[in-house]
Amino acid sequence: MQLNEDAIRQIVVDVLSGMSDQGSNSETKSYSPDRSGNMVLRETGRASEGRDNDEVVIAIGPAFGNKLSKTMIDVSHSEILREIMAGIEEEGIKARIVKNYITADVGFMGHQAAKISGSGIGIGLQSKGTILIHQKDLNPLANLELFPQAPLVDLATYRQIGKNAARYAKGENPEPVTTKNDQMARPKYQAISAVLYNKEVKYLDADKKVVEVEVSFK
Amino acid sequence: MKRSKRFEILDERPVHQDGFIKEWPEAGLIAMEGPEDPRPSVKIENGKIVELDGKKREDFDMLDQFIADHTLDIDIIEDVMAQDSRELAHKIVDVNVSRDAVKRLGLGMTPAKVVEVVGHMNVVEMMFAVQKMRARKTPSNQCHVTNVKDHPALLAADAAEAAMRGFDELETTVGIVRYAASNAISIMVGGQTGRGGVLTQCAVEEAMELEMGMRGFTAYAETVSVYGTEQVFVDGDDTPWSKSFLASGYASRGLKMRYTSGTGSEAEMGFADGKSMLYLEARCLYMTKGAGVQGIQNGSISCVGVPGAVPSGVRAMLAENLIAMLLDLECASGNDQTFTHSRTRRTARMLMQFLPGTDFIFSGYSAVPNYDNMFAGSTHDVDDYDDYLTLQRDLKVNGGLVPVEEEDVIKIRNKGAKALQAVFKELGMPDITDEEVEAATYAHGSKDMPDRDVREDFRGIEDMLNRGTTGVAIVQALEKNGFEDVAENFFNLLKQRIAGDYLHTSAIFDENFHCISAVNDQNDYAGPGTGYRVPDELWEELKDIRFARDPEDIGE
Repeated sequence: MQLNEDAIRQIVVDVLSGMSDQGSNSETKSYSPDRSGNMVLRETGRASEGRDNDEVVIAIGPAFGNKLSKTMIDVSHSEILREIMAGIEEEGIKARIVKNYITADVGFMGHQAAKISGSGIGIGLQSKGTILIHQKDLNPLANLELFPQAPLVDLATYRQIGKNAARYAKGENPEPVTTKNDQMARPKYQAISAVLYNKEVKYLDADKKVVEVEVSFK
Repeated sequence: MKRSKRFEILDERPVHQDGFIKEWPEAGLIAMEGPEDPRPSVKIENGKIVELDGKKREDFDMLDQFIADHTLDIDIIEDVMAQDSRELAHKIVDVNVSRDAVKRLGLGMTPAKVVEVVGHMNVVEMMFAVQKMRARKTPSNQCHVTNVKDHPALLAADAAEAAMRGFDELETTVGIVRYAASNAISIMVGGQTGRGGVLTQCAVEEAMELEMGMRGFTAYAETVSVYGTEQVFVDGDDTPWSKSFLASGYASRGLKMRYTSGTGSEAEMGFADGKSMLYLEARCLYMTKGAGVQGIQNGSISCVGVPGAVPSGVRAMLAENLIAMLLDLECASGNDQTFTHSRTRRTARMLMQFLPGTDFIFSGYSAVPNYDNMFAGSTHDVDDYDDYLTLQRDLKVNGGLVPVEEEDVIKIRNKGAKALQAVFKELGMPDITDEEVEAATYAHGSKDMPDRDVREDFRGIEDMLNRGTTGVAIVQALEKNGFEDVAENFFNLLKQRIAGDYLHTSAIFDENFHCISAVNDQNDYAGPGTGYRVPDELWEELKDIRFARDPEDIGE
């Protein structure tokens, strides 16, 4: 099913730019802290609703980073999160990380992230590498941008996705990140994807709900 | 280690590109005979099933409840369940036990029981059983007609050619959703140009799909998915009851429809409950039967990479087709999605249905080049036509295609595109130019087509829909512009939803709109010389591939 993604995206962008005073003229303050080394995740309690509209919330899957460490093409979770955060921060927006223990579905994770994001923009990121950008007023099964074929997403693309999410947060209307399509991705990766997803859902824990995560790189 | 040159070559073979995995039963990554699959059981009290496959009624999930209350036949179930599973498997392949007698057993078996029964069979026995148990005697084939540009003229030309080549059902979908109505109309006009009576559908989101059927832009539907665990059903915002309601929406409008299911979807979505793919698929099939739906598209379908990666996965896909047939469901038997890099594997997988014959051997042979296939590619495409025709000729099998002449194909493609050009003009849609008709006539795929003005197309489609356009306007447009024969075919197809004959199991139409279904073309296979045999007239056609040389011409 491909709901009318272009149309939905356009509507959301229109609404957002109407809400935002800065519109697309917002100043870009770039700050990218040093993030060499491997990431360390520290859970600091129940995630709260953001009040600042200059943030994008990234919801990572329950196994991301500590139970599992690599995507289905063996790219490390450290590298991916580093790039997405850098992409967001390049646009002068803050990246806040939460871990979702209620669902590992990328759409629902992204939607949940958007709902607690001060800007209304969230990113869902599964351990297997599948990622999407979501907006709080959309239907959970819709999205702003979806990258269903995770094996075709490289690090530069993850950074670009972070950048686009930040630009939506600023009320801009970015060109969607180019998606790649390879019909042979299914025979190559579908079963591997199923394995990783099944490992991810093992760590679901409804009692933990959604938790705030402090990320450091050492 | 110093590498063996032989192993180095083997490592480069396409099959090494496939993602194989070892079994992981706890996650449902096991094709059949899962260690956690329930033991078959049933208990009846006061005319009600109170235990099903080891579960008490108070522990039933919604699928158990639906199957217990709406599918299983409590008058026979205790008797059938008491029979040894291996004995039941024997009856299924025994030519001396009639199809009708076996058919009666289907609803007397629980999902766990039927899985145990087919588990006793190897693939040759399963193929034999498919030959005997499929509902319609005459086998048939379905194809995909799509392209990357959603180009209407190309869709019409491809549909016309596909119909001429022998496909009885044509399925399209979209690159961009807003093209849905345009694509549906394009293949319906093209299809009725190629051969009157081919059935066409457009696979999109469920509400839109139903609306297009009601407007008369499609003749049937199949993209109504059901799943084998409650969690996956709920994740899709559905229940067996909501799906049944949708099915009755089609029935009430006289439109043919079938469900879609297939092994691997539950494991792919992370909630297989530790059960084998085939057991969960059996639950889907019993649910389908209970909903009163006439048929199913299965054989893994879009999750084919999952069963395709584990041991006995291709066997499980054949087994799921067979279970559908044991329940007397029409079966469009898969082979419709890329599942391997290996040409050997894809042909081997296809032979499982091709050799015995099914209601639709492919539930989507790609009647366009695979790069244009918007279902993410099929196992076989236009470039395989001559290989496929040769297999039919080699083995004297009717796989649903007939040899065609290049000149005839060019002619029919041109006529299909022209007919659609006229329809678009009358419906106030953006023009299809003569250059586009010409390009579509000779194209291999959308790379040979000019681009459309997409925004203009959207505007035209929206206006057309807002005016309440239905299939009747298309008939009038065709008639007015000199395409009387196409108009008549199109009109005939619309009339079928009042007659209702094609709501019967496994229904298709011949070129005279004579309905062929499991009712008037019942499979009566009972051993050599019975059941479906390639008729002499068709055999003459199948023998005559255009690249076989006449001995008389050689050396003279």
